[in-house]
Amino acid sequence: MENIGALAILLALCVALYAAVASVVGKLKSKPYLILSGERAVLAVWVLITVASGILVYALITGDFHFAYAAGHSNHAMPTLYKFTAWWGGQEGSVLFWGWLLSSYSVIVVLQNQRRHRQMMPYVVAILSGVQSFFLFLSAFLVSPFEVLVSSVTHAITPVVDGLGLNPQLQYPAMAIHPPMLYLGYVGFTVPFAFAMASLITKQKGDAWIHTTRRWTIVAWLFLSVGIILGSGWAYHALGWGGYWAWDPVENASLLPWLSGTAFLHSVMMQEKKGMMKIWNMVLVASTFFLCIFGTFLTRSGVVSSVHAFAQSPIGKYFVGFLTIGIAATVYLILERRKFLKSESHLESVVSRESSFLFNNLVLLASCFAVLWGTLFPVITEALSDEKIGLDKEWFNRLMIPIGLFLLLLTGVGPLFAWRRTSGESLRKNFLVPCAAGLTLAAVLFAGGARSPYGIVALSFCMFVMCAILLEFYRGSRAIHQKDGVNYLKAAIELTHRNTRRYGGYLVHMGIVLMFVGWSGSAFNQNIMADVGIGDTVHIGPYAVEAVDFHTGDNGNYVWDSAELKVSKNGDYLGEMEPEKRLYTVSKQGLTHVAIRTRLNEDLYISLASVEQNGQKLTATLQLWVFPLVTWIWIGTAVLVFGTLVALLPSKVARQYARTEVVGVTRKHAVVES
Amino acid sequence: MKKNAKFALLIVLILGTLAWIGTSAVSSTKSYYKTISEVQTLNDNARSERLRVAGDIQTGSIHKNGPETDFTLTQEHQTLKVAYTGEDPLPDTFRDGAQALAEGKLGADGVFRANHIQAKCSSKYQSKPGQAPAGLKPVTASKASL
Repeated sequence: MENIGALAILLALCVALYAAVASVVGKLKSKPYLILSGERAVLAVWVLITVASGILVYALITGDFHFAYAAGHSNHAMPTLYKFTAWWGGQEGSVLFWGWLLSSYSVIVVLQNQRRHRQMMPYVVAILSGVQSFFLFLSAFLVSPFEVLVSSVTHAITPVVDGLGLNPQLQYPAMAIHPPMLYLGYVGFTVPFAFAMASLITKQKGDAWIHTTRRWTIVAWLFLSVGIILGSGWAYHALGWGGYWAWDPVENASLLPWLSGTAFLHSVMMQEKKGMMKIWNMVLVASTFFLCIFGTFLTRSGVVSSVHAFAQSPIGKYFVGFLTIGIAATVYLILERRKFLKSESHLESVVSRESSFLFNNLVLLASCFAVLWGTLFPVITEALSDEKIGLDKEWFNRLMIPIGLFLLLLTGVGPLFAWRRTSGESLRKNFLVPCAAGLTLAAVLFAGGARSPYGIVALSFCMFVMCAILLEFYRGSRAIHQKDGVNYLKAAIELTHRNTRRYGGYLVHMGIVLMFVGWSGSAFNQNIMADVGIGDTVHIGPYAVEAVDFHTGDNGNYVWDSAELKVSKNGDYLGEMEPEKRLYTVSKQGLTHVAIRTRLNEDLYISLASVEQNGQKLTATLQLWVFPLVTWIWIGTAVLVFGTLVALLPSKVARQYARTEVVGVTRKHAVVES
Repeated sequence: MKKNAKFALLIVLILGTLAWIGTSAVSSTKSYYKTISEVQTLNDNARSERLRVAGDIQTGSIHKNGPETDFTLTQEHQTLKVAYTGEDPLPDTFRDGAQALAEGKLGADGVFRANHIQAKCSSKYQSKPGQAPAGLKPVTASKASL
């Protein structure tokens, strides 16, 4: 079996290389059959990688422990779901998984474009297959998932009785789908990148690459967003350290392409509507792609997090090589073709939609650079000064909180500005209500005793942006309501349906605002650590937590301690909470099982650090938090997903919309929607 | 003012502010990565800096002492006593034999006062000889069948 798997990967590598070469040669020599064979080769690669993946997954599920990978990441006791997710649980498997996803995407691209974009397709196939070859090369020669366990004495293949299994912390539903979501996002950005480069190589006029990859980009962005938040939610619910984001290198790795991808999603609108920022868009789509590769590299090589990992990781230097070559080629291509990327109009006013896009891009990119800089600071300082210096999460917070607030403000301001320039009259009309609402909320919070400047500013910005968005919906719906006589809800749905992209976008903004509400809550967090005996009571905020009893037990899989707690708020009894601390018998790995009481206004979050015999009596160490508004992060995520899905739907009146929006732009842009 | 000048001014203002925040925050949030042997030969000047020290947690060395957790880090036969006094609960991965990164300052008594600990299980195979019998090693399929 392992031989078939390894052979399939090796063959896939050869076929992928063939696809890249055949496509380019076929295009240059005008041999359609060669081009077609390149596209067929893409399908063959998928079959081969699927065979290899199938063998690996089969070994994981059936517990074939002569495979080193299965022995390291699966065991008999694990539920089947987690045996399956072990596919991407380790380095070898996850590189194969990356390759499989890219291959699946490539197949979709090839099938979608059998008649379309025939000029670009050979190069799209070549670039996709080139990236594919890199990952297959890693799987074939450096991190093979098909290693077997061999006795160093007899040199015979020797299976182990049971595998090590997946880290219990990872045996959690959100964690099961978090990596594939991230990877679907990472890999997804390869497609817009491939089209962008193909467009440059073939000197395409117009924005065909943007239109054809718009949905790809949005889908990849959506997966990435969901992946990031799932990771964050997992940290909050499963890790028990009382937080959801710590500016850990691995977290940052996923944020980087998200930031540049978000900038890209906004700046393509400038190109579509005004023919501006063409070079910039090329740079952004390429940056996003390379940051995705970089993110995979950072996650997989541990270049930052551990002290000597860089030298240890077998694949680190190959990633660096791939990135260097890829970036150099892309820079050369953009410089070489820059005369095809001339801007067709100019910025006219600081107070305009164009300008707000410009600043949105500037700040997103600046924040992306800041996160990259902070993440790589140990590597940079070590290279420059021999002294390895790390920055802690406080550095990121100081920089990223103001950036986040500024972006939040732009989310509200941008859509209120008109294209080209905005009149004073329209400013007054559009800004009066949102500003008044924001200021009122700030005053109310201050009067209510809130003193955190960031908390107050953030929440009033949220109010401002929310009002601005709702006003947009209200104005549009009112027009339909007056014209067609339908009620406001139906009018709002009709409005959204007429221009899904714009109003879907507003819904995404709404989701972001709600997430900011959740993050703002952290300005008002309360936190206390207490040692309690049976009968003792701890107070935090309005809550009183009484320790009723401590329990302990052993179920074979793990030994556990738990604290039975009675919780009341302002004297009213709310119920029991029972945080637990486990120690897995086989792996000797601990697991904190926090108890969380979730409400829309705040979460009460209790973690049991330990239970110890203290002289005659048992003492438990409890860590208690009150997290105001934290649930809004998850609600905001749901709204963001909904909004993105709306934006993916076709608009009811796409063509009319395209025409009305392109007034003042050259004629050739008016036909792009067809 | 000219339109382009306005844009330039705004851009410089924004980037300048960010660069200023970023650089000024470095001095209060930075910490130096040091090995255990480097920590033991620090001069007084460096003792006031925040440090990050990595090592393996010595088996049996973890003791809870009121709000404080004491343990010993080892690396290449050097050891360092660490007292953790941070606010966050210790991560679940913090246990005997795990790799840990302690962040804090070296006290005058030679005990490292950490207020932040990261820990991870050491690489799956090597650390657990009890399960993957010591004599086994992973080998690519083609080599194994030779």
